[in-house]
Amino acid sequence: MKQSTPPAIEVKDLSKTYEGGFQALSEVNLNIEHGEIFALLGPNGAGKTTLISILCGLVTRSSGEIRIGGHDIIRDYRSARQLVGLVPQELATDSFESVWDTVSFSRGLFGLKRNDAVVAGVLRDLSLYDKRDKQIRTLSGGMKRRVMIAKALAHEPRILFLDEPTAGVDVELRQDMWNLVRGLQHNGVTIILTTHYIEEAEQMAERVGVINHGRLLLVEETSQLMRKLGRKQLTIELGQSIKQVPDQLNGYRLSLINDGSALIYDYADEFKESGIADLLRRLNQAGIVINDLHTDQSSLEDIFLDLLKDRQ
Amino acid sequence: MIRNPRAILAIYLFEMNRTRRTLMQSIVAPVISTSLYFVVFGAAIGSRIDEIGGVSYGAFIVPGLIMLMLLTQSVSNAAFGIYFPRFTGTIYEILSAPASYLEVMLGYVGAAATKSIILGLIILGTAWFFVPLEIAHPLLMLLFLVLTAFTFSLLGFILGIWSEGFEQLQFVPLLVVTPLTFLGGTFYSLDVLPPVWQTVSLFNPVVYLVSGFRWSFYEVADVHVAISFAVILAFLAICIALVAWIFRSGYRLKP
Repeated sequence: MKQSTPPAIEVKDLSKTYEGGFQALSEVNLNIEHGEIFALLGPNGAGKTTLISILCGLVTRSSGEIRIGGHDIIRDYRSARQLVGLVPQELATDSFESVWDTVSFSRGLFGLKRNDAVVAGVLRDLSLYDKRDKQIRTLSGGMKRRVMIAKALAHEPRILFLDEPTAGVDVELRQDMWNLVRGLQHNGVTIILTTHYIEEAEQMAERVGVINHGRLLLVEETSQLMRKLGRKQLTIELGQSIKQVPDQLNGYRLSLINDGSALIYDYADEFKESGIADLLRRLNQAGIVINDLHTDQSSLEDIFLDLLKDRQ
Repeated sequence: MIRNPRAILAIYLFEMNRTRRTLMQSIVAPVISTSLYFVVFGAAIGSRIDEIGGVSYGAFIVPGLIMLMLLTQSVSNAAFGIYFPRFTGTIYEILSAPASYLEVMLGYVGAAATKSIILGLIILGTAWFFVPLEIAHPLLMLLFLVLTAFTFSLLGFILGIWSEGFEQLQFVPLLVVTPLTFLGGTFYSLDVLPPVWQTVSLFNPVVYLVSGFRWSFYEVADVHVAISFAVILAFLAICIALVAWIFRSGYRLKP
């Protein structure tokens, strides 16, 4: 019988209460498959960093079970941690070390033989190779962020945690970073990221998890979530204002805006037949002149905010 | 059990590299300050002081001064070594690495102890220029040096984890270790003290370290060398037990 590969990450009934009594996580259950990009969304203090910190061994759990690549993170911590690279939220670097030395140090710390080709490759991918002999303190904030990513990649991890990786970085680095993430995923690396830039999660992640007050509110494929909870609107600019929606159009979810000069039609993507063509024909039959049309779609950010509002 | 020796080596080399970068502060400064003691108490004033147990005063104070430097430097180096990554936040990498606490501790404590031993040997060599020296039991002397450096580096490691600021980091070396060493028979034999103070001094653990170390040079001691060994081994065991508890509980390392 063929044995199935364990998920990259399995979290079961995970709870965390800090010493002061603050409950940071409550009964979190989550599975992340190999090779996926998973985005964890949530406001500040929601529990994102605590969750990542527990998975990486920086914070102790209060209860629950966690396996990484099938390895229990406590009993078999060496095998579990070997798979993981972490880029924390805070910029924490050894100011007086050179870029090359600090990245090589990370590789040694993870028990791997010195391999200059791997270190050079990581530095090239992050445009750091030319700065390899520079002391870290001489680098800009963006470059330091790259160094932290290089350190996390030095031991060729199969799972990469990026905790708010684009916070405070410029557009160029953000773009480079996402290209790197795509490249890593192409090589089968699982990526778990937290971000405030929801549009990036929308573009990058295959699945998102929404967390608030330590509870995982939902885990959903990004596209499914957009389909299920996303809104689509057609705005119809009228040639002449009308006072009310004509009776023959009562079957449509229409509303008047801008003193009757435009109509809003709410429709959902899940309905294959949106009825737009039919609606336009009926408007024509009712003698209503159309000046312009445009559509709007709710972003993941809108969905995220709606979700948080609903659950509060 | 040690399964990730490369992690130990990585931390060890990282720390030794830090020493190399700060050579002036790490090696030169303690060597110069200890040499000043040799010049003042050994060559200048020492010539006017009587011999103690058949040893000239200048030579008598050498083991105690090496011990003073060894204790303060071991504590400071190891404390700074682990405190600094806590301060800068780079400790995240150590804590998330597939390395056991024993391996992490060996990296930091090994480097701090190595540095102290190198310093001790340099100071010993320097002392030769100022005072006549002889070492009756060189191997025993080295064993004392290594055991003391390792034990006090462990103490420094504990201090570095306990400290919540640079002030606390300086507290033990300056306000505990240095006074205990000065009052631990570095500059005098316990025989010169009144009987009451002799008894009080026996509660000072540094007395045993200085006495044992001095015995390896001149076979002159305030307490039997076997007792000195037993005390340092007991202190080592206490430090190891404390480090094991810190790592098991995650004290000040993991919330």
